[in-house]
Amino acid sequence: MDTPPKAIAGVSTFLDDRLGAGSFLKRNLRKMFPDHWSFLLGEIALYSFIVLLLTGTFLTFWFKPSMGHVMYDGSYEPLKGIMMSEAYASTLNISFDVRGGLLIRQIHHWAALLFVAGMVVHMLRVFFTGAYRKPRELNWLIGIGLLSLALFEGLTGYSLPDDLLSGAGLRITQGVILSIPLIGTYIQFFLFGGEYPGEDIISRFFTLHILLIPGILLALITAHMILMWVQKHTQMPGKGRTEKNVVGAPFYPAFMAKAGAYFLFTFGVLALLGTFAQINPIWLFGPYTPADISAGSQPDWYMGFLEGSLRLMVPWEINLFGTSGGTIPLSVLIPALVPLGIIMTGLALYPFLEQWVTGDRREHHIADRPRNNAHRTSIGISAVTFYGILWLLGANDEISANFHIGLYETTIFGRFAIFLGPVIAYIITYRVCIGLQRKDAEVVSHGVESGVIKRMPNGEYIEVHTPPADDILAHIRGKKEIPVIESGVDREGIPPKGARSLIGRLRAKMSKAYGTDRIPLEEGHGHGEEHAAVGAGERKEVH
Amino acid sequence: MTDNTIDQPEDRVPKRVIGTPPATEAVLKDETVHEAAALPGVIYQDPASARKAEKTVALLFLIAFLAGAGFIASYVIFQVGTIDKTSTSNFALGGTLALALLALAAGITTWVRRIMPKYTMIQERHPMASDAETRETVKETFLAGAEESGFVKHGLLRRTLLLAAAPLGLAPLFLLKDLGPLPGTKLRHTVWGEPTKTGKPRRLITEGTGQPIRAADFNSPGGILSVVPEGYEHDLNALAKATLILLKFRPEEIKSGTNLNWTHDGIVAYSKICTHVGCPAALYEQTTHHILCPCHQSTFDAADGAKVVFGPAARPLPQLPIGIDGEGFLIAKADFNVPVGPSFWERGDAEAEAREKAEKA
Repeated sequence: MDTPPKAIAGVSTFLDDRLGAGSFLKRNLRKMFPDHWSFLLGEIALYSFIVLLLTGTFLTFWFKPSMGHVMYDGSYEPLKGIMMSEAYASTLNISFDVRGGLLIRQIHHWAALLFVAGMVVHMLRVFFTGAYRKPRELNWLIGIGLLSLALFEGLTGYSLPDDLLSGAGLRITQGVILSIPLIGTYIQFFLFGGEYPGEDIISRFFTLHILLIPGILLALITAHMILMWVQKHTQMPGKGRTEKNVVGAPFYPAFMAKAGAYFLFTFGVLALLGTFAQINPIWLFGPYTPADISAGSQPDWYMGFLEGSLRLMVPWEINLFGTSGGTIPLSVLIPALVPLGIIMTGLALYPFLEQWVTGDRREHHIADRPRNNAHRTSIGISAVTFYGILWLLGANDEISANFHIGLYETTIFGRFAIFLGPVIAYIITYRVCIGLQRKDAEVVSHGVESGVIKRMPNGEYIEVHTPPADDILAHIRGKKEIPVIESGVDREGIPPKGARSLIGRLRAKMSKAYGTDRIPLEEGHGHGEEHAAVGAGERKEVH
Repeated sequence: MTDNTIDQPEDRVPKRVIGTPPATEAVLKDETVHEAAALPGVIYQDPASARKAEKTVALLFLIAFLAGAGFIASYVIFQVGTIDKTSTSNFALGGTLALALLALAAGITTWVRRIMPKYTMIQERHPMASDAETRETVKETFLAGAEESGFVKHGLLRRTLLLAAAPLGLAPLFLLKDLGPLPGTKLRHTVWGEPTKTGKPRRLITEGTGQPIRAADFNSPGGILSVVPEGYEHDLNALAKATLILLKFRPEEIKSGTNLNWTHDGIVAYSKICTHVGCPAALYEQTTHHILCPCHQSTFDAADGAKVVFGPAARPLPQLPIGIDGEGFLIAKADFNVPVGPSFWERGDAEAEAREKAEKA
């Protein structure tokens, strides 16, 4: 094939004449994408979002976002003749009277769960490999924005069917809004168009759910993609990979085809789930009434940590002005805002705090292996533990019922675990990281076990060690030094200017702890002539 | 999905396997390949195995075609309308859709992995920052433009422009005002305090059946009944505050926290709306008289004025004063003396206020 087919050549010429697209394609058709399984996690979220847009559009064709009362007269016998909102009736209609409606509704719900899950796992990957470092801080912040918006998007969508379960979520949301000091009641009355539940919230959430939030999500995702494209992807350390290159497969044709296949995989798995794994069977719950609740109500997984933190809280409430007002319901306010605030603010600030501590202003394009930045990894795992305990305690009633543990015992355990768990996780993770670094150092200096057992003349058995493969060695040697800010005193015993204040001293101390390499790889040992010696079976390790 | 050059063991073996022609040779043999194939880092697959892979890919694409056609057929064949029909239609549509998508995905993946070359190409990366010269030019251009526009020199222009923008920026906030009415004191009252149309006291109605409750008939110690106000059985706004739980105790069971004047013959009515965030506190344990909210497990002692015994709720469930009318039906004697449901800023210590009032009276 020496010339492109006429159809493509003609269109290309037409477009290039008008847009000059040629120079863009010249630069980008062969754009390199480094390959690592963990680089595909964000794509799960991206493709779930596309599935959400497609299935969501389908659902809007039949869904009626109205709280007006109607008598149900559809195909689902058990609810016939019951008064309900139009929203609930139309959701039943989608489920039972539209061909493929149930399938699309279930795919939509599963895709929403996978969307947030994909984002979270992708974020953890970026965090633990330090891929948020300069120049990618902005994309990191966009990512945090996407995650926060996705939670709101999920919350608004969850409330739309107006069944008993979705109403329970809405009621909790209302209670939390009411608890906001000074303006809580006003926000509640404006949001709900008066008293709870009113007749406006479904149509208002509908607009937020299908227009405003997805619009912003789409814009931010586009920005996220553009920045990723312009800044090029990070790569794991390895042979031939430097801070100044990208090693991988070209966009056209390999990466393009792989990405297409990956979208189809994601969609296919969601279709499987939507077909065989029932989710949110709204017809079983009945229409919403604030007077009832179904026991064992559980939110979607990504809201579970808020549920858990509400359950853990102790009954604190203060009245600033006694009987005349100033009520601050700490038992609602703290669990609803503090964990979310700690996690989101911590995530947003981390790249900048790390830069401040290490004084590192360089660009980073080689991703860290999590073990090589033990403190960062430990901080990350503590945060995951903090989130995980809250999340687990969001299901403490299920835990209590299934494992025959007292309900209150699970809560009391959680009240301690939420403080102790992250500390223990930090210590354990730190030790594991150091242990893995030691293992790396050993591989570099002593090689790997070959599986060959040799008997020595004196009767001793030893295992022969061989040097590691080149690419593994390059991967391990990709370990980068973490800079430490200057803190030592000079010859006259005067510390540098930045380290004199209290904060300066703290910073210097943190920097030293964060950056000091406790297990440096032995340079010039194990490579070179030693290498050959090991290969010849002369250097032996007693195992 | 990936073929990382580091993690994949296959890359650790020599690139050239016995029987595999070297990359350059493949280029020469295969006439259809473009000259770009000579690029470093592009390792072609063995043509024989690629031809074999093509068959696999074709089979997968064929499955995708059949499943896709099956999806359309399922749409036409399987109707919905009953639970069983819907279920069948769902399995047929979903199964064929999933199969079509997954077969297509597997086909493309096989294509990439076994027919397309293995790539380890290198692209240069440049620092993100523009060079100093560009930055200098931009800076000069910016300053020149600012100077030319007169924005810096003409202070009056600058200040009046900001002045003009302020109200326009605030205007949208005002437009949002009509989203809802102001709260007023609506959260402090429930419909139990409102007079009925006939002027008679408002009866307690069993939720669901819609029947009033004759005190003499409500004789189920240990039982719990969900109660709504007469005339508001289906008004969700009213129910969100006025729903009750009704319990009957033996006289010796009732403790000091319960206001006996507000009970009738051992029957006590509490607000069902949890004082934590407003879920209906719907679970009841007979032996301990504990009312449990299923949302966040706030637990209240029903025998002792519904005081909090565990969980995040900070206040007891308010008690409603009840009595009977001439026909022996349970009625509300007055509204709750404190706001029901979750706390809010303006609420204050309403319990203390109510106590003060009671002492004065």
